[in-house]
Amino acid sequence: MTARDEILKSAREALGGGDVQPEATPAARIRIPEVALEARIASLFRAVCALAGKTFLAGSPADAQAYVAALIGSGPAVASNAAVLRECGIADLAGVQTGFTDLQELRQACASAPFGITSADYALADTGTLVMLSSPQEARMISLLPPVHIAVVPRSRILSGLDELLSLVPRPGEISSSMVLITGPSRTADIEQILVRGVHGPGEIHVLVS
Amino acid sequence: MTGPPEQKIHETLENPRLQAAIYSSTARLADHRRTALATLPEYEELRTQAHLIKRHTIENLGFYLEQFESNAKAHGAQVVWARDAAEASDFVWELAKRKNARLLVKSKSMTSEEIDLNERLAHHDLEPVETDLGEYIIQLAGERPYHIVAPALHKTRYDVADLFSAKLGVPREIEIEKQTAIARSVLREKFLAADIGISGANFLIADSGAVTIVENEGNIRLTTTAPKIHVAIAGIEKLIPRAQDLAVFLKLLGRSGTGQALTVYTSFLTGPRRAAEIDGPDELYIVLLDNGRTRLLADREKRESLYCIRCGACLNHCPVYRKIGGHNYPWVYSGPIGAIITPQYMGVEHEPWLPFASSLCGACAEVCPVKIDIPKHLLTLRTQVHAAEAERGQGRMERLGFRAWAWVMRHPRIYEMAGLMASAVLPGEHWFSKAPGLLNHGPLGAWLSQRDLPPVGKSFRQLWRERRKAAE
Repeated sequence: MTARDEILKSAREALGGGDVQPEATPAARIRIPEVALEARIASLFRAVCALAGKTFLAGSPADAQAYVAALIGSGPAVASNAAVLRECGIADLAGVQTGFTDLQELRQACASAPFGITSADYALADTGTLVMLSSPQEARMISLLPPVHIAVVPRSRILSGLDELLSLVPRPGEISSSMVLITGPSRTADIEQILVRGVHGPGEIHVLVS
Repeated sequence: MTGPPEQKIHETLENPRLQAAIYSSTARLADHRRTALATLPEYEELRTQAHLIKRHTIENLGFYLEQFESNAKAHGAQVVWARDAAEASDFVWELAKRKNARLLVKSKSMTSEEIDLNERLAHHDLEPVETDLGEYIIQLAGERPYHIVAPALHKTRYDVADLFSAKLGVPREIEIEKQTAIARSVLREKFLAADIGISGANFLIADSGAVTIVENEGNIRLTTTAPKIHVAIAGIEKLIPRAQDLAVFLKLLGRSGTGQALTVYTSFLTGPRRAAEIDGPDELYIVLLDNGRTRLLADREKRESLYCIRCGACLNHCPVYRKIGGHNYPWVYSGPIGAIITPQYMGVEHEPWLPFASSLCGACAEVCPVKIDIPKHLLTLRTQVHAAEAERGQGRMERLGFRAWAWVMRHPRIYEMAGLMASAVLPGEHWFSKAPGLLNHGPLGAWLSQRDLPPVGKSFRQLWRERRKAAE
């Protein structure tokens, strides 16, 4: 008997059932509060700041471009292929490398660049979370390898929280192989419970709402 | 009956630095939890829902395992079943051999600790490298995790300084930020050079065939992104039915463990990299591990031990863990949850003293986010240990003693006379220390060495009679 069959058989025998269909699954608990846009932005920024992240509300695409330009100086920075970064002119800034489709080139660029610039599919207002679904436009490494992560989120994509996200995207695997929730900078407290930011992922995070 | 490791426990109790480290770390984690829960009015409702979902999933485990398997395969993952530790680690070893891989990066996983994966792989000349900072420290030290969520809780910055300079050949550095930077740069090289990344899983999502893993450092994202191959090793009890159920579990897990509303990273991984995606692993293997879990399943009451989401809250609130620490438990799972799952995975005869190493204060059940009734299961396990001993003809004197006690208790006159005799023979305070030898030996002696008994005076029955007489 294969390990698979044996484990399934032992499980079913232990539970005293044959191949029964499960009785009705408890209904999923999803609660979505009504929160106005202004309040969602305020809550998102409060939560990001509480985690030592930086925030910026861009009045226009040029605004967003200017914030990023001032931040990265002469770079180098790696930007994802997201449309919003082109629309804001961030992809065209000096020192910004973008348009990667080759894995090796992307790895090399991300391994040495101090800045990674991405979009985010959603942001969660109550916890200050960025939601990133991997795609041809959005590689996983850009928000992971460089020490500083800058993310641009359109204001229409700010959700109240996890419940709203999971009601909009009930099966993330149908869209992407990877959905990552990012809540603040990378951190550890493994030595003497002292908080240190930027252990493996970015120690600095900037959330721009466009 | 083999007993607890008394020598080691005494060493822990007599080490003031270690006592302070355990006490303050667990207190801080408990404080963070309390603060985080204060802003979650629906906490009790979430706990109840989490318990119901886990119960439903475990009661229908066969169904959900098959659903998970078929959805994972549909997204291109390969599902591997392992009956025990050897099967799981042999799979990884053979995969490494087939792929010509030698360097493996690992993210923190209690399941991989449970199967001694590192030792087994190193035995085959492979190089598994732990990448969570705490796990990396204890791997360099050649130790086991001290705590489910804070593996290096017992190490100071000075220990880390010595360890890094001895093992990594770097100058001795005592600043924690700089120590972290050293680990970051050493491990970054490993991530980029590794052939295989090995992770655990916090949740297996049946309706998606997905693996969900939470962390704070980013090492899990690197482990599951940089190498060409990702192997996730998960106990079969990690299943939940739907992605939507994460709304309940993630809110409880971060807050109960470290007091975070959400951990920094939550990865929801479904199959390997898709054709047009630029990065991510080309191959994903999900190892479903039994290793004693189906044996545990057979007990209708105690099977709820499998609901555990490994938040560590019961350790932080346990008066026993907070004194004896994590290394005096016989297996990788320490604290109250370890005390109930270890005997169930391994059999009660394995470490029969373990269910007794508890004051049954109930703090663990009070803080458990999935409402596992740990004290109740400890009591059942105690009964089982005694039953097993009786079967082997052990513990005769103890049973005889209790039978005599029960007989005396059922005969009021004799009970009273015994009390009178005791107070006549053993008067005054600390009477036990004056008691000739007899009482100061064996288990009773050990018990008395830590306790003061009240002086023997008039019995309750005597006082009752006297008061009634006075009132008349």
